[in-house]
Amino acid sequence: MSALEVRTYGAEAKPRVGFFTDTSLCIGCKACEVACKEWNRVPESPIGFTGNSYDNSIDLGANRWRHVAFVEQRKELDADGVAANGLVEAASLESLASDTGLQTYQDGDGLRWLMASDVCKHCTHAACLEVCPTGALFRTEFDTVVVQQDVCNGCGYCIPACPFGVLDQREGDGRAWKCTLCYDRLKDDKEPACAQACPTDSIQFGELEELRARADRRLEQLASAGAEGAQLYLADGSDGVGGAGAFFLLLDDPEVYGLPPDPVDTTRDVGESWAAVGAAAAGLAAALLGSVLVGRRR
Amino acid sequence: MNEPRSYHGQPVVKEPIWKPEIPWYLFLGGLGGASAGLAWLSQLRGNDVLAKRAWTGALIGTGLSPALLISDLGRPGRFLYMLRMFKVTSPMSVGSWVLFAFGGASSAAGLDALLPSVERRGGRVLSPPGARTPAWRPAHVRPHRHPPDRRGRRTRSLLPARSLSRSRPLPRGRRLLRLAARPARPAAALAGLPLATYTGALLAQTAVPVWHEARRELPALFAAGAAASAGAFATVLTPVEHAAAARRLALLGSVAELALVPVMEHRLGELGEPYHTAEAGAYGRLARGLTISGALLLAARAGRSRAAAVAGGAMVLAGAACERWSVFKAGFQSARDPKYTVGPQRRRVAGGLTRGGSRRVVAVEAD
Repeated sequence: MSALEVRTYGAEAKPRVGFFTDTSLCIGCKACEVACKEWNRVPESPIGFTGNSYDNSIDLGANRWRHVAFVEQRKELDADGVAANGLVEAASLESLASDTGLQTYQDGDGLRWLMASDVCKHCTHAACLEVCPTGALFRTEFDTVVVQQDVCNGCGYCIPACPFGVLDQREGDGRAWKCTLCYDRLKDDKEPACAQACPTDSIQFGELEELRARADRRLEQLASAGAEGAQLYLADGSDGVGGAGAFFLLLDDPEVYGLPPDPVDTTRDVGESWAAVGAAAAGLAAALLGSVLVGRRR
Repeated sequence: MNEPRSYHGQPVVKEPIWKPEIPWYLFLGGLGGASAGLAWLSQLRGNDVLAKRAWTGALIGTGLSPALLISDLGRPGRFLYMLRMFKVTSPMSVGSWVLFAFGGASSAAGLDALLPSVERRGGRVLSPPGARTPAWRPAHVRPHRHPPDRRGRRTRSLLPARSLSRSRPLPRGRRLLRLAARPARPAAALAGLPLATYTGALLAQTAVPVWHEARRELPALFAAGAAASAGAFATVLTPVEHAAAARRLALLGSVAELALVPVMEHRLGELGEPYHTAEAGAYGRLARGLTISGALLLAARAGRSRAAAVAGGAMVLAGAACERWSVFKAGFQSARDPKYTVGPQRRRVAGGLTRGGSRRVVAVEAD
């Protein structure tokens, strides 16, 4: 469907672009969150103390288009309070660090950090776009998904439609907001603010084809170096959203980062829904006919 | 079964931002939609007394639904943007058009049925020529009486029984309304069917677990609630001797509603849990209690006692409203807790039903 939409741009269509977020390189500096806010003039979002590791910005929403997740995982400790790393395990962790630059469980307390910068996925099959009744959500010539703020009437349908919980309504404004993949910067051949600000190249911007090839190489490297749990998320078209413009390399299961393990564009089931509506309407008609036409005439 | 893993227990999907307007709309849209069908069919059958009450129900649905929906918008001034496009992938878009069509048709049909006109009373000349009183609306005539026409038949249709020349002509606006009402009545009755049921698809086409997974049952449940409320509403307003059809509809709807809730919960399996907890559970139990007692009262006494009809009808109405609130709240509860999102998805992947969002091996070149 998206291919069709992009084809309607004709000669103006551009190659599909996106983000490859390699979380094995993320250091949790939150430069992406800040750069996004500054460039896009995203209003302040309330910051409190959540107690969830170093994450005090909580989730993606109307006023947060990049969000860095922090996960602390600890290995079992032995009687002396020291992480029980076997010799073989310790050696493999060492080689993982030297071969791939990936630090995992720390010596001593056996703690490892998982950090990941989350963002709108710019799905191939975007439920938010499909359910938007006004057409405010549209697909750009770069095959990204953007809300036109001069059209959005704040119906809020996109918000529960998104399988990732990306969109939200901005308080005091009433409209739905999300990452635009810096549509304005793309038009000027610049990379999005978050990718430019990322100091470790955990966020990589580029043409999707190239990013996917790069991600495959990185996965191969990590897997062969022994990084258990390394996985590419939404990196090809075989998932429930037809692949994403923004995809990830994760070091553990998606739900650990707050991502759904099997996200689905629910509008693919719209036929089933309409069939159920048709059947229910027919049933209602039968009930009406039966009630009025059957029995005594009163 | 282990509790699914999550990110600090935070939700994966966002709760809807819909306000209390939406469950009330689910209720009133259903009431209005099914009432139009009841009204049109009763009218065809010659029961104008019941038809008139049912048109009142349709008018209430028509009048309040857009107000509720507009008030729920983040930018109410932009409500007309709902008609910028027509998208079958968006039940809200389809529903906006259905509501638009239903609004026009049911307004014409309903107003025509409720506003008295001289023809409605068999064309009697009610005021002498030259009198100032507008002949089409004398206050002393009970509008729902239908005296026999010249040949002694009861008037069955709303169309003029005699020529306009016998009475003072209706004002032009009223004549136009009467003309428009003729096609509007079946149109409203037909548009009422999708209006009462599309809301099931509206909720189902989201990532909210208990709504999306109930996509096959929700429209039927809402249709049942619509039938129950339209029947109950007309039962409350109509004298018992004219209300038999409304009572039958209320009972049919109630029975279907009571039967469909367990079916839906059974099909949801473990996801049925939110329906039994917190607010959704409380509304659900209230709905069941009210619907059962209201339906029993209607079945047992409402054919003879107007008081029983009013009480039973009110209970069935309240039950249908509570059922919508239960569904609405269950959606929020299931979105709020990540286990309802992650658990079923994880099981899909583990059961080999889908591959899921991740892959651990390098893709083959031929992708």
